[in-house]
Amino acid sequence: MSVNETQSGAAPAPGGSGDRQPLVRLTGIKKYFPITQGIIFQREVGRVHAVDGVDLEVAPGETLGVVGETGCGKSTLGRIAGRLLPVTEGTVEFEGRDVTNLKGKELRQFRRQVQMIFQDPYSSLNPRKRVGAIIGDPFQIHGIADGKERKLRVQELMEVVGLNPEHYNRFPAEFSGGQRQRIGVARALALRPRLIICDEPVSALDVSIQAQVINLLEDLQSEFNLTYVFIAHDLSVVRHVSDRVAVMYLGKVVELSDAKRLYAEPKHPYTGALLSAVPVADPDLAEKRERVILYGDVPSPIDPPSGCRFHPRCPKAQDRCVVEEPPLEPKAAGDLAACHFPLEPGENLAKAKPGIKQEIAAPAL
Amino acid sequence: MALLEVKDLRVQFHTDDGIVKAVDGVDFTVDRGETLGIVGESGSGKSVTCLSILGLARGGRVAGEAQFEGRDLLKMHPDELRQVRGKQIAMIFQDPLSSLHPYYRVGAQIIEAIQAHEKIPKKDAHKRAVELLGLVGIPRPERRVDDYPHQFSGGMRQRAMIAMALALDPAVLIADEPTTALDVTVQAQILDLIERLQDEFGTAIIMITHDLGVVADMADTVLVMYGGRAVEVADRRTAYYHPHMPYTWGLLQSLPAIGPERDAERLHPIKGLPPSLIHPPSGCKFHPRCPYVMDVCTSEEPKLLPADASEPGHLSACHLTLEDKQRIWQQEVAPTR
Repeated sequence: MSVNETQSGAAPAPGGSGDRQPLVRLTGIKKYFPITQGIIFQREVGRVHAVDGVDLEVAPGETLGVVGETGCGKSTLGRIAGRLLPVTEGTVEFEGRDVTNLKGKELRQFRRQVQMIFQDPYSSLNPRKRVGAIIGDPFQIHGIADGKERKLRVQELMEVVGLNPEHYNRFPAEFSGGQRQRIGVARALALRPRLIICDEPVSALDVSIQAQVINLLEDLQSEFNLTYVFIAHDLSVVRHVSDRVAVMYLGKVVELSDAKRLYAEPKHPYTGALLSAVPVADPDLAEKRERVILYGDVPSPIDPPSGCRFHPRCPKAQDRCVVEEPPLEPKAAGDLAACHFPLEPGENLAKAKPGIKQEIAAPAL
Repeated sequence: MALLEVKDLRVQFHTDDGIVKAVDGVDFTVDRGETLGIVGESGSGKSVTCLSILGLARGGRVAGEAQFEGRDLLKMHPDELRQVRGKQIAMIFQDPLSSLHPYYRVGAQIIEAIQAHEKIPKKDAHKRAVELLGLVGIPRPERRVDDYPHQFSGGMRQRAMIAMALALDPAVLIADEPTTALDVTVQAQILDLIERLQDEFGTAIIMITHDLGVVADMADTVLVMYGGRAVEVADRRTAYYHPHMPYTWGLLQSLPAIGPERDAERLHPIKGLPPSLIHPPSGCKFHPRCPYVMDVCTSEEPKLLPADASEPGHLSACHLTLEDKQRIWQQEVAPTR
């Protein structure tokens, strides 16, 4: 199996996708959800800034990991890339073609190229439909295969993802969590898409089953030449599967870098803190490591902080961070980070002291 | 005599499909100031083990012993157990939104917990609730004490749950997946808080989790459960650096490698699916998934025994000989970690 070679061979420069045309290009994406009051005359009283100015490119054949905490906008971004949500501002390009405002038949054509795998294998499968019908639905919707041929192709797909084709007539309830996720993968594969957006595909699964599904996704990538956007909060899983990783915080990409370098030498203090917070399954490492604890919670995306959005929690924040928003720009080794005071290699973030007064402090004890 | 000593705990649920043996013979002890980590996958019986000790396994038939300060919790009268539960043995759950009552203010729920066990005026209990919320790091506790749970974030709710659990200074704190629903940064806050509270009050902690990383961080002793049984018990370093049970190996191998140099390698999942608890496999419950299965494994259930005379506290339930265990771990399993 040459999964790794094909992956590293296709890995482009961290900032963009090199000379080749990107498969997906997101430019200036903003997505605001209105908050309304009143029943008949709905007044808009505020906006949730779910995604607030994101530029991203995904190269063909690569896996782009997107990480961040709950509410950072990573799922919204994934849904925008798959055109499941309209944008407030910005453009979505697929293979150089603007698909932001596609409608009707054209949109349906586009959707054959882009499929999604969802987090929860329980709620993303219709419990009243048989597995054969669930996986066969894309064929019906797009009018591709019918009758006997559809059944044949569905059974082929079931075999590809490691399900027993004889279980064609079973209901989702008769399958375990890992097997259900395989059904979701088979459904996503049905139309031979170019891009699959995986939104937390293994978060709901047990460790041993997680590894099975990750291996399956990697095999399928090399077999069908797939491109993945892999959205997850588990940083060790993201590192394992991704070529490049985008770190999001409050609707913005704060760091975009080659996966290996991101984990070895994070540039943004948020990435550094996030990495240090991941528990490692190695007692000696766990003891040696200094956890950087971010106090408080992620601020509200309705009224995000001024300047750098991370400044109220950042261990390195200075006066400049409060007023001036840092752009996402190349730092050392060409990796992108949005920070006025990026981390130097070997810098100990746990010892950093902020230069401004932060409201949220450590608990009394 | 240990603070809490559980012996041969068995819990069965009678369902229409048959008898579910959720817990099938588990022994462990916890001492003051010690942390026991119970790891296992969904359905391995780790939560039911702890719920049944506190008489919370509704509908389950519980057998065995759970000695706490010289008394058997499993044979106590429900009224007596109610005195222990919450006061001497407290519990925090995975999902703080569903374990806090949405209709009542956070403060009122902490006050209720205090007044259920101690006869003190409401005013004093209220003061104590404010102190506790401050202790667990809720900003401006005197104001937040009157908030409803939905006004708290996930991390703050879990802090409130911890405040409630600590209100009566329990000897044992059972934490059932306390950080699973939280983000990593908030998880780090909560784990840090639990550790510092343990240092301060000497609480014994039973930490139930599926996350091997959390256990490596927190536990002194690790108990691995599979199919309702304890399959390996070891101190933290032994459990990670030379475990004896193929299931433990499988769990460790399933994780993405730690070293950056081995990043790109394929993962090594455990084959197959967790066992049915109604019709468990014969012999060793792990045998259908075990790569090192032998004839004896299919017929005879291995006992949880010390395998190595030089490691008295290290128990494992596996038919492999000690030489085989050491050889396989060193040659086949450890290099893939």
